[in-house]
Amino acid sequence: MLNAAGLAFVVAGSRWHQADGQVMFVFILAMAAAEVAVGLALVLQIYHRFDSLDVDAISEMRG
Amino acid sequence: MEPTFYIAGVVAVISTVLMLKRLNLVHALLYLIVSLLAVSVVFFVLGAPFVAALEAIVYAGAIMVLFLFVVMMLNIGRDPETERQWLTPGIWTGPVILASILILEVVYLAQGASAGLGTGAAGPKEVGIALFGPYIIGVELASMLLLAGLVGAYHLGLRKTEKPEIHHVTVTLEGRADSGGDLVLAGADQSARTT
Repeated sequence: MLNAAGLAFVVAGSRWHQADGQVMFVFILAMAAAEVAVGLALVLQIYHRFDSLDVDAISEMRG
Repeated sequence: MEPTFYIAGVVAVISTVLMLKRLNLVHALLYLIVSLLAVSVVFFVLGAPFVAALEAIVYAGAIMVLFLFVVMMLNIGRDPETERQWLTPGIWTGPVILASILILEVVYLAQGASAGLGTGAAGPKEVGIALFGPYIIGVELASMLLLAGLVGAYHLGLRKTEKPEIHHVTVTLEGRADSGGDLVLAGADQSARTT
């Protein structure tokens, strides 16, 4: 999804001959990197706590 | 140059759909890498070689290595024999075919030496000037976001130290009655308590 948004930005920047689209893509890239780092850390923590990656096993919040 | 754009786009879509259909994480990662490389080729055709290089380096390089590290640390396939079964030729022919299409396309583009679709796109120099000129606030915000991501990932990835557990003084019922059933920290000096 982030890649698609970045692609749209780059295409728009290419269409109107502006560098802004590529600048926005660089920001999206940084955001995706931070997001992936946090998400993978969450996955590791879940595995340490529950000894499985089964989503159904992680049902502690009885909502 | 338009056919190369469409071919790369079709490769990206096909590899993404195949990625979603894989049940094994490593096989899905192979298709995801091909998909990211295809998007990188699309950027190159559009006349943004700087962004194409960033996509290939950051996404297909760094983030995929991060994924592989996590797969390695989780250590799902403990048996080496099952890991060997994962890498049958039927698995890697699909990504290899798609990737070879991309390679042929890049070779063709390199021989053509001029990206036709993106003659009007901005080069790396304009991008850099815009990035550190009017967008300097954005750069600062991105750096703070990366710092927050770093700290958050470190905090989440930290293996929690054992919390002091709360137990009854003794496991037996008599001892529990003696102590009045109250709770102490495990490992507390019990002789000092009984006096």
